[in-house]
Amino acid sequence: METSRLEPTPSQTVGPFYGYALPFPGGGDIVPPGTPGAVVLRGTVTDGQGLPVPDALVEIWQAGPDGALRGAPGSMRRDPVTGGFLGRTGLDFTGFGRVATDADGHWHVRTLRPGPHREGATPYFAVCLFARGLLHHLHTRIYLPEHAAALEQDPVLGPLPPHRRATLVARAERDDVYRFDLRIQGGAEEETVFFDFP
Amino acid sequence: MTPTATAKTASQRDIDREIAEADGSRPGASHPARDYASYRSSVLRHPEQQLVVVEDPEAVELSGPVFGVTDVTGLDNDLTRRHAGEPLGERITVTGRVLDRDGRPVTGQLVEIWQANASGRYAHQRDAHSAPLDPNFTGTGRCLTDAEGRYHFTTIKPGAYPWRNHTNAWRPAHIHFSLFGQAFTQRLVTQMYFPGDPLFPYDPILQSVTEAKARERLISTYDHDLSVPEWSLGYRWDIVLDGPAATWMEEGR
Ligand SMILES: [Fe+3]
Repeated sequence: METSRLEPTPSQTVGPFYGYALPFPGGGDIVPPGTPGAVVLRGTVTDGQGLPVPDALVEIWQAGPDGALRGAPGSMRRDPVTGGFLGRTGLDFTGFGRVATDADGHWHVRTLRPGPHREGATPYFAVCLFARGLLHHLHTRIYLPEHAAALEQDPVLGPLPPHRRATLVARAERDDVYRFDLRIQGGAEEETVFFDFP
Repeated sequence: MTPTATAKTASQRDIDREIAEADGSRPGASHPARDYASYRSSVLRHPEQQLVVVEDPEAVELSGPVFGVTDVTGLDNDLTRRHAGEPLGERITVTGRVLDRDGRPVTGQLVEIWQANASGRYAHQRDAHSAPLDPNFTGTGRCLTDAEGRYHFTTIKPGAYPWRNHTNAWRPAHIHFSLFGQAFTQRLVTQMYFPGDPLFPYDPILQSVTEAKARERLISTYDHDLSVPEWSLGYRWDIVLDGPAATWMEEGR
C-alpha cells in the first residue's frame, strides 16, 4: 500500500432503519412499465439458514442497451415546490435502481438488458447489497442465461467451479422475467459469488 | 469469537470480552470483518466463501450512477425545517469533505443521511424504543457535494438508543451516512459518531472496526469555528471513499 494515500473511512452496517431514508418511489423502475424491451429481474435475499432477509437493500448499476456507462441524473427527482418526489422522467435511462426487500425477502426491478460495455465484453448488471447484519456491503453481478457459455472463457469467472459460476447467472422464469436469488451465506454449493475490487 | 454465544442473550461483560479479543487483531484493516460475531446479526449474514478479486480496468463497477440538481431540493439538507414547528434537541451543523484515497474531491455526488431524534427514537414503524417521537423531526436528509467535495447538513444531535444485540446494549449517538463516489466500487454506507461518547467501548458495531486508528476516522470533531452564534454547534467529519475508479472518468465528469 502506498503510504501517501489517504486511509479510507470504515464501513458500518446500514442497520434496520434506513427504510424511510434510502428507498424512493419508483426506485426499481429503471424503465417505466410497458417500455419495449423491458425485462424484470426478481429474486429473494436469504441468510445462512435460507431464511428471507426482509431488511436488505439492493442497488443496481448497469450500462444501457447501447453499452454506454454514462448514467444520467434524475433517478430520484424531487419537486422543488413541495419537496416531494417527482419520479423519474421515463425518458432518460439513468442506469441506477434501488429497492428494499419486502417482508418475504423479495425484490424486483424493471429495466433494459445492458449492452456490452466494451467491444467483446459480456454484459451484466452490477449489484451492491446492503443489509442489517452486514457490516460491509457486498458486490455481485447478474448475468443473463444467454451469456452463461461466454462466462466459461472469462478470465476471472472461468476458473471458478461451475456451481459457483452458476450463482451469477439469472434463470429465465418466463418471457422477459429473470430470477436471481442472493444467498448471503450458504456454503460452497449455494452461496452467491461476491466480488472484491482492490 | 464464538458463534455459539448467539444461543442465549449475551451480557455486556461477554461482549466486552469478545471486543477485547478482537481489538487490534487486523493491523492495517479499515473496514470491519463481515464475520464480526459480537454484532450478533452478522452471524448468518456474512459470506463464508472467499470474495472473488476483480482487477479488470474496464469493469462496469469502475463507473457509477450520476446524480444532479434534479435529485435534491434546497431544503433537503436541513432536517430541522421539514415540519411546521422546530424539532426538540440540540441544533447542530455537520459538514466535511468527501475525498477519494488520492485526496481528490468527490464532486456533485449524492450524500444521504438518516438518524434518530434527540430522544433516540427513529421515525420508523419498526423502532420499538419507548422514547418519544418528535412530530417536528423525521430525520432524513440529502445533498450533493460541491466543487470541493463539501457536504453540509443542519440537524439536531441524535440521542443514544437501546437495541437487542445483548442485555443492556446501547448504541452511541450516530448519524447514518450513504455516499456515492465516481465509481460503484467506491460506494459507502457508514455511521458518524460524536466525540467523547462514553458508549464507544461497549458498542460492537463501532468496535467491529478493530483498529483504533480506523475507528477514529468514524468520529467527528467538534469545531467551534463551525458553530453558528446563537444558532447551532458545529461538527466536522471528512470522509475518504475506498475502491478504484476508472481513470477515464476524470475527464468525463
Ligand atoms: Fe442507527
